[in-house]
Amino acid sequence: MQSVVVRFAGDSGDGMQIVGERFTDTSVTVPNAIATFPDYPAEIRAPIGTIAGVSAFQVHFGSKVVLTPGDEPDALVAMNPAALKVHLPDLVEGGLLIVNSAAFTPDNLAMAGYATNPLEDLELQRKYEIIALDITGLAVEALKESPLTQREKLRTKNFFALGFSYWVYSRPLQPTIDYINAKWAAKAPNLAEANIKVLKSGYFLGETTEVTRNRYMVAQADVAPGTYRKISGNEALALGLIAGAKKSGRELLFSGYPITPATSVLETLAMYPHFGVKTVQAEDELAAIGVALGASFAGKIGATATSGPGMCLKSEFMGLAITAELPLVIINIQRGGPSTGLPTKTEQSDLLQALYGRHGESPMPVIAANSPSDCFRAAFEAVQIALTYSMPVILLSDGYLANGSEPWNLPDEADLPEISIPFADAAQPYVAYTRDPETLARTQAIPGQVGLEHRIGGLEKDTKGGISYEPENHSHMTSVRAAKVEAVANSCPPLTITGQRKGKLLVLGWGGTYGAITAATQALIAEGHEVSSTHLRYLNPLPPDLGELLKSFDKVLIPELNAGQLSMIVRARYLVDALSLSKVQGRPFKVSEIREHILQLLND
Amino acid sequence: MATEILNVPKIPELSRKDFVTTNDVRWCPGCGDYAILNSLQRTFAELGEPRENFVMVSGIGCSSRFPFYMETYGFHTIHGRAPTVATGVKIANPDLSVWVITGDGDGLSIGGNHMLHLLRRNLNINVLLFNNRIYGLTKGQYSPTSAIGTKTKTSPTGSIDNPLNPVLFALGAEATFIARTVDNNPKHMVETFKAAYAHQGVSFVEIFQNCVIFNDATWDPVYGKDNRAEQMLFLETGKPLLFGKNKEKGIRLNGLMPEVVDAATAAPGEILIHQPGHPSPLYAQMLATLGLPEFPTPMGVIRQIERPTYESLITSQVETAQAKRGTGTWKELLHGKSTWTVE
Repeated sequence: MQSVVVRFAGDSGDGMQIVGERFTDTSVTVPNAIATFPDYPAEIRAPIGTIAGVSAFQVHFGSKVVLTPGDEPDALVAMNPAALKVHLPDLVEGGLLIVNSAAFTPDNLAMAGYATNPLEDLELQRKYEIIALDITGLAVEALKESPLTQREKLRTKNFFALGFSYWVYSRPLQPTIDYINAKWAAKAPNLAEANIKVLKSGYFLGETTEVTRNRYMVAQADVAPGTYRKISGNEALALGLIAGAKKSGRELLFSGYPITPATSVLETLAMYPHFGVKTVQAEDELAAIGVALGASFAGKIGATATSGPGMCLKSEFMGLAITAELPLVIINIQRGGPSTGLPTKTEQSDLLQALYGRHGESPMPVIAANSPSDCFRAAFEAVQIALTYSMPVILLSDGYLANGSEPWNLPDEADLPEISIPFADAAQPYVAYTRDPETLARTQAIPGQVGLEHRIGGLEKDTKGGISYEPENHSHMTSVRAAKVEAVANSCPPLTITGQRKGKLLVLGWGGTYGAITAATQALIAEGHEVSSTHLRYLNPLPPDLGELLKSFDKVLIPELNAGQLSMIVRARYLVDALSLSKVQGRPFKVSEIREHILQLLND
Repeated sequence: MATEILNVPKIPELSRKDFVTTNDVRWCPGCGDYAILNSLQRTFAELGEPRENFVMVSGIGCSSRFPFYMETYGFHTIHGRAPTVATGVKIANPDLSVWVITGDGDGLSIGGNHMLHLLRRNLNINVLLFNNRIYGLTKGQYSPTSAIGTKTKTSPTGSIDNPLNPVLFALGAEATFIARTVDNNPKHMVETFKAAYAHQGVSFVEIFQNCVIFNDATWDPVYGKDNRAEQMLFLETGKPLLFGKNKEKGIRLNGLMPEVVDAATAAPGEILIHQPGHPSPLYAQMLATLGLPEFPTPMGVIRQIERPTYESLITSQVETAQAKRGTGTWKELLHGKSTWTVE
């Protein structure tokens, strides 16, 4: 088989995220190409057995390039009726369905809204290959000699399901055994022993019984040579910020306030104090950006991360950062909105907010990451732009990239550019708003430097930094601030095109839709269709070569996880009749959705 | 031959004028802010701190224009948020002398949350809160410290908000240094600012300040010429709580309740001795509640205790991690815990 998509689903207390993570870590060692998609509820522990409490983790692994976590699962592991209810509609016809029959009790069936036991449904049996196992009972039975309590024994059932899945997909057990030992062997040896026992029992059940005749082999992937690690989007953001700080010789001060799905950026950075990283859990979103801005004023690189509602709270400070012309990185890991919306789901609906959601004429550079590992490079570039041009930068990620993970072909440190900073010359009298003629960056003087004392602030200033209410001056400074953002376009690399540079249809995307768009385009090109795609890193300023590219195609399609925000910008800016493919369901695009839409346009 | 001690940077003698900027001061004639500015410039000249180490951070309001009039590093930020920016500055460079200039509206209303957290974290930052009990820059609306019944454009029939006591607020946040001074007593201001500077930890100084346009004479019942002797209690560490023209009155406790007594007839040891470092915050709490109409208003250092500063703790976490794990390498950063190689 070239690739397989497996989805693990169960109650949020069933440990499905752990199982998915283990399955992923094991698969990368095969090695397979992988992409993952955790899908968990906003409630930490919704009532057990309910639809609201279902948590899932999808892994796509293959022997060829894997660009997305996959559309429909080829296999579904459902630990209770609610998980089956939620996820069965996605399972491909003929797919493998592994269920924990022990959880199909009358109570659980009722909670999931089943009038009868679906496992007895003949239609279901005809449509899928069902393996119903008493996973709970088998796990407990395997531990009959263990000193663990009954409650603890019951909690090992996820490892039974994992062990069985390993057998089905011919995965090695050792990486998981190593993980269990590292986690529990010292602290709770009985627990470590029990989990390993149950894991093996699940595997051996497949091996020794004839519960299924199908065993699937996915060959080693033919991936580019290099050293790899598995990385999630939020981890990659954290590392990219540190790398940017290292390359600029400035220390990183990261200040954040917990908000899903951005919190793990702060959590990750808190583990790097030995890199000189200082982290602050601020009292609120406003303080988080204020602390970061203060640190930038004092000569560090300040950064903060949040999600949509937090961006609203930070927007006043963004205005100050723009007019003070201080470097700052603001990361928005978008989620379903407005308001609390769908906090654990993904969306791209904050694009217009990033571009325009501030008071006054206040343009800012906006860039977007396109895959979990690309978050590293995107964060590095955000630091680079912020410091090179002395201004705040918004980096857009999303919940799908934040929690998803993939193998990352590690860059060589030497391939990352040095970041230069326009510091003031201490030998000269300091004028706060002196600019580099090329970048228009304001030169920086750092508190503590002798003789460079100066004042900055939110009031409009003249070209020398003095307060000014003069009409012509305000107009001039507004233009300079805008020109500075536009100057970033000089460092935009040329757009990368999948397919030809002209033709019938260009699919234009940005952010986390990269995998789905590219996979659909590549497949259609291989089938002989005249379609190309390109993906934007820079959303403000837009790349200089975009306009010409758009006009080289008969049609332009812009798939977005919002109501058509980029397509509105493109239509206004380039007067191109771009068509929007919009999805606002809190879920990423399926490759098939984009594919079908492209085909429809090509056939029109 | 003259010998020179190397590595000890010479701090040039500074005068008040070294801290005066070329900007025209734009406060209203007669505003209490002038006297505060003057006193702070005098204080800075006498501290022995190099000028480039001072950073003034303010929010929005009349008082927040302050940084523009100080020849130091300065950042005029946004309404209520100065404590956050100051926190970032201080963590970034703990050697700087950071001063937050704020008012009753900026520091206790729109920025009340940030002030709370700045105080509880105990960064070594000095906060000067100019309390004029009115919004001046927006032209006269009641503030969180306005007395009940204050008539303003937004409270034409009198405000109904219970006023906040800034010192009680700071005590609630467990600030390690809390003091009060007045804009018409430069000597006391300078003494208080010096004490705030010397304190290792957050210093919260409430300054009774007069707004000559929108709330003129608001503090006259406390510090007006005719009232000051009777209505102000100047605190001195280790000295009894005495006030009055000839220090003829004192404060004693009756249970938990303070009382005014005649100093001449008071029993020995009965009059409270000022202890800003009293182990119990109850004493400072009692002082904070003294005021009109029954009691004089305490001036000076109300509370001063020691606690590690936030910036020293964060720096030591970094240093401890570096001592234990070494300064992070590129390889550690990029490779993480486990990698695999594809040939």
